[in-house]
Amino acid sequence: MTFRSLVIRDLVLATRIGGGGAMAVGFFVVAAALYPLGIGPELVLLRRIAPGILWVSALLSCLLSLDRMFQADEEDGTLDLLMLSSFSPSALVLTKVFSHWLTTGLPLIIATPYVAMTFNLGYETMLTLMLSMLLGTPALSLVGAVGAALTVGVRRGGMLLSLLLLPLYIPVLIFGAGSVEATLFGIGPAAHLIVLLALLLGSLALCPYAAAAALMQHVRS
Amino acid sequence: MRLEGRGLACVRGERQLFSGVNFTLSAGGMIFLNGANGSGKSSFLRLMAGLLRPADGMLLLDDNVVADDWQSLQSQLLYIGHQDPVKPAFSAAENLVFWMGLAGRNIEYKRGRGGGLVTDGTHDALAALEIAGLADIPSRLLSAGQKRRLNLARLVAIPRPLWLLDEPSVSLDASGERLLAALIARHRESGGLVIMASHTDFGVNPSLHLHFG
Repeated sequence: MTFRSLVIRDLVLATRIGGGGAMAVGFFVVAAALYPLGIGPELVLLRRIAPGILWVSALLSCLLSLDRMFQADEEDGTLDLLMLSSFSPSALVLTKVFSHWLTTGLPLIIATPYVAMTFNLGYETMLTLMLSMLLGTPALSLVGAVGAALTVGVRRGGMLLSLLLLPLYIPVLIFGAGSVEATLFGIGPAAHLIVLLALLLGSLALCPYAAAAALMQHVRS
Repeated sequence: MRLEGRGLACVRGERQLFSGVNFTLSAGGMIFLNGANGSGKSSFLRLMAGLLRPADGMLLLDDNVVADDWQSLQSQLLYIGHQDPVKPAFSAAENLVFWMGLAGRNIEYKRGRGGGLVTDGTHDALAALEIAGLADIPSRLLSAGQKRRLNLARLVAIPRPLWLLDEPSVSLDASGERLLAALIARHRESGGLVIMASHTDFGVNPSLHLHFG
């Protein structure tokens, strides 16, 4: 079995059970749309707070789908089979992260232009937002995998998972929202995007091993 | 294939479940594990599979110490735990296809009659457990016994010399138990090894009893 077939399996399961990426997008759109409804049609204010709101909504949408990353397989014993297969645990984590990103991060990026419109964001700002999410959401999935692996044996561990992960998500939030603000103010987003890229590469290097260690610890305890 | 345990001990949490377990299992042999609930039978099987590591002692596969190379042991064993890793959203055949792929079988995916995925060998394996008619049915509709049969179909679909069976007869009916006993007998005739934990011996004829607790 290859990396590809494991990802396809996760995607088929996600599609048959949870409607694939539709849930994450639905949550993102609804959560982001609450702010304009609550604040009222103040275009200048909305434009000013849009970067933060959109990034927080994306972050929450990603977080809410994380607790099932390994738990579904742990509950029915599939995790034992995965650990007994010739896959290395960190490669296994990478397949899970990739499927998670395909079913949450990617749909969010595709939905972004539509949400950006409700916040009166211009074309250039919207492009920066999409680019920052393209760099930021994979990092969210990678860091999230560590949290999901650590809480794999905890039933109803969603709250614990949020407590663990939200502090770790702060850098991505700061530089993600920062890049959009920088574009709004005409400074240019390059510096923020480079830091986002660094965060992505750093988490790509560390998180698969950390999550694999947490999974091994769980299986062997 | 020859499997030998010397002075094996298992600690879980702060509790020692067993210690000083010795055994030798050679081609065609079968170990039957019995003992009270919580006495360490499942842990012993997980230890054989490398899912737990022994606190003491060592395991030898064909006279090589396994601690240096769990992967070569794991590529030769089939572990059936007390859970059925059946995905409700997959059809019975699709679950089997996934397990075969995980076990490293080179798989050519095909479309079954019901539209789901099948591959060479899925039909035969399901037929061996007399559930061929359920191949295209979503697994969420299967009963506990049918799920167990589906899980046991791995024994046929994935040829491995060492079988580790944890309460394999749970939720099987009488005919299911007979099928399983026949599978085990056939496996041993062809030189396979079996380690099984169970509360009932449903007509199997073990070569060694290990009592826990």
